Amino acid sequence: MQIFPRWTNEIPKFAPPVATVAAVFAVFVVWFWFSPKHTDVGYAPRQPIPYSHKLHAGDLGMDCRYCHTNVERSAHAGVPPTQTCLNCHNIVRKNSKAFALLRDAKHLGDDGNQTKDENGVGELKAQGPSVPWLRIHKVPDYAYFDHSAHVTVGVGCKSCHGRIDQMVVVQQQEPLSMGWCLTCHRNVRYFDDRGYEPADVLRPLDQVSITDMTYGKDHPAYAGWVSKAREKAKTLRPPTVECSGCHR
Amino acid sequence: MATDMTAQSYGDVNLEDPVSGRELLIRGNHDFHYVTEAVCSVAEMKLLDTPKPWVFGWMLAVSVLAFLGSLILYLIWEGVGIWGNNNPVGWGWPIVNFVFWVGIGHAGTLISAILYLFRQKWRTSINRYAEAMTIFAVICALVFPGIHVGRIWLAYWLLPLPNQMDMWVNFRSPLLWDVFAVGTYFTVSLLFWFTGLVPDFATLRDRAQHKVAQVLYGIVAMGWRGSQRHWNHYEKAYQIMACFSAPLVLSVHTVVSFDFAVSQLPGWHTTIFPPYFVAGAIFSGFAMVQTLVIPARAWLGLKHIVTIKHIENMNKIILLTGSLVGYAYTMEFFMAWYSGNEYEGFTFINRMFGPYWWAYWIMMSCNVFSPQFYWFKKLRTNITFSFILSIFVNIGMWFERFVITVTSLANDFLISSWDYFVPTWVDISMFIGSFGLFFTLFLLFVRFFPVIAIAEAKSVMPEADPHYHPPHDDHPAPAAAASA
Repeated sequence: MQIFPRWTNEIPKFAPPVATVAAVFAVFVVWFWFSPKHTDVGYAPRQPIPYSHKLHAGDLGMDCRYCHTNVERSAHAGVPPTQTCLNCHNIVRKNSKAFALLRDAKHLGDDGNQTKDENGVGELKAQGPSVPWLRIHKVPDYAYFDHSAHVTVGVGCKSCHGRIDQMVVVQQQEPLSMGWCLTCHRNVRYFDDRGYEPADVLRPLDQVSITDMTYGKDHPAYAGWVSKAREKAKTLRPPTVECSGCHR
Repeated sequence: MATDMTAQSYGDVNLEDPVSGRELLIRGNHDFHYVTEAVCSVAEMKLLDTPKPWVFGWMLAVSVLAFLGSLILYLIWEGVGIWGNNNPVGWGWPIVNFVFWVGIGHAGTLISAILYLFRQKWRTSINRYAEAMTIFAVICALVFPGIHVGRIWLAYWLLPLPNQMDMWVNFRSPLLWDVFAVGTYFTVSLLFWFTGLVPDFATLRDRAQHKVAQVLYGIVAMGWRGSQRHWNHYEKAYQIMACFSAPLVLSVHTVVSFDFAVSQLPGWHTTIFPPYFVAGAIFSGFAMVQTLVIPARAWLGLKHIVTIKHIENMNKIILLTGSLVGYAYTMEFFMAWYSGNEYEGFTFINRMFGPYWWAYWIMMSCNVFSPQFYWFKKLRTNITFSFILSIFVNIGMWFERFVITVTSLANDFLISSWDYFVPTWVDISMFIGSFGLFFTLFLLFVRFFPVIAIAEAKSVMPEADPHYHPPHDDHPAPAAAASA
């Protein structure tokens, strides 16, 4: 006795392939659209002060390390204190409305002079609120990352942060995912059989500054450096599959 | 003979039948229709007529299951610290419970696949129960490693899925092999069970008195018409599935034993583990089948389909596998001494007389000593005794896994790191909760599924013989004619 129409006989034939395709598609969706390559790259929040890296690092040619002072010595490159901004901006455009937050942080009046406390004594008050800069490049807490370890072997700022000197508003260029880290960590020492060129990420520190945003295949120092970079890469021991290398 | 199909030749055919002369597998002078009625009447009962004991039992099981669910939420919220697991005993009850439940599943596959391939006809009355038990036991088993990973939302890391971390499962780890082994086992068991159910679902569909029941049974019957061509495909499919399942009886618990045997810990690192675990799994599985079938056959009125013959056969397997397990226990001790390894030696002496001596002796009494009663036919054909003993075997096999897991971890190489494992109330409640999950599913199965493989059970009845003549007054039975 049949209670369903004849065409339902086709369902069992098509159900398994459809289910398989659906499962594969679900995996693809998570792999592709949930990955930092898709969710994080291009993150460019509006900062509390419209600071332009293009103007400062690009047009004016300031060294990254003028503000990010700890990059060669510590795990963190560091966000500069307000004072670093004011080194120039207590003279340059000191009354600009854009700097209201800077002045708040240092308890400076709109005229750029220090405000007095309620007793009228010219003493500096306690520190005001810091400028609430938004962090863009963020590696999770459970992943240990050390700027100094990378910078001192010649991995330039550009490799991970992109052409900051051309960004009016800074945005994330690379996924900063674990897989992205590992493409370099796994391959940099095995350029022979993996087609990975160490000179692309390592630069000759004696010829090219770590902050030089123009370093790349077209750079005059590149051609002579390739073989030396390979030698250098062999001496490196970046954590690869040892979990505790980064997840300490 | 070709010209004259006399009564004499009927007698010859009957005599050649190896089963003839043995005890009937389905008792009483019943025809095919009677079996259909006996099995279907349970599933066809009106919902409101459901017996009160079933309703009470199911409600109880669901409450216990809900308790397990809330404990799992508590675990996710609070973390694995709510268990008694400590350092050095990082594998506590969750792993013990996992191995316990996976082991129970093995009887289902053995009965459904291996006994089928060896043409053991007595399997037909109990295979449906045993297969259902397998599926539900594996579901219970899968709960524990799932929650034991700690961060449950990352449990999908158990599977080799592409991801942005470039992180791949560790193919060198037996824990991963376990994922594949148990996953394969569950899938194949489920398909095998379902394949066998299709003709019986069609029977229920055709007999259904209610539209909803008809549609639901109709969906799972997948358009089965019972044509010759259907049966032809069905028998082939069933045989192929049986061939897939048969190696799994050996492989799954082998791989589970690798979780222990591949490590370097004394008491775990032994080559006897795979066969020893497989024997133990079949042992515990048959005990669980007994625990479930003995009450079920009484309550469902199926005593003449699941007969004392079936119970006795299973008891014989319990005796065999129990003795195999006993041999393995003994051989472990012998090897510990024979290896001359002082750590190995200590571990086994410590199991017997150390802080967990009580667990060891519970295990020994329940698993090795108690099945020896089955040497006596009187005891192995005693229903009450069989039921009680099956409970003891279940207890013993749980303790076996406890002894293996905990004693080796608690007292390892470094004395300063020794610790005594004490389960918390959460450990105990979760184990009880897993029975809630199991019985919720099993009671639903008993109520709404054909609990006996109707089509197969008919095939072992005298009526299935093409030369069978129902005895009539005007037409003497073949045996009588042959002797005449």
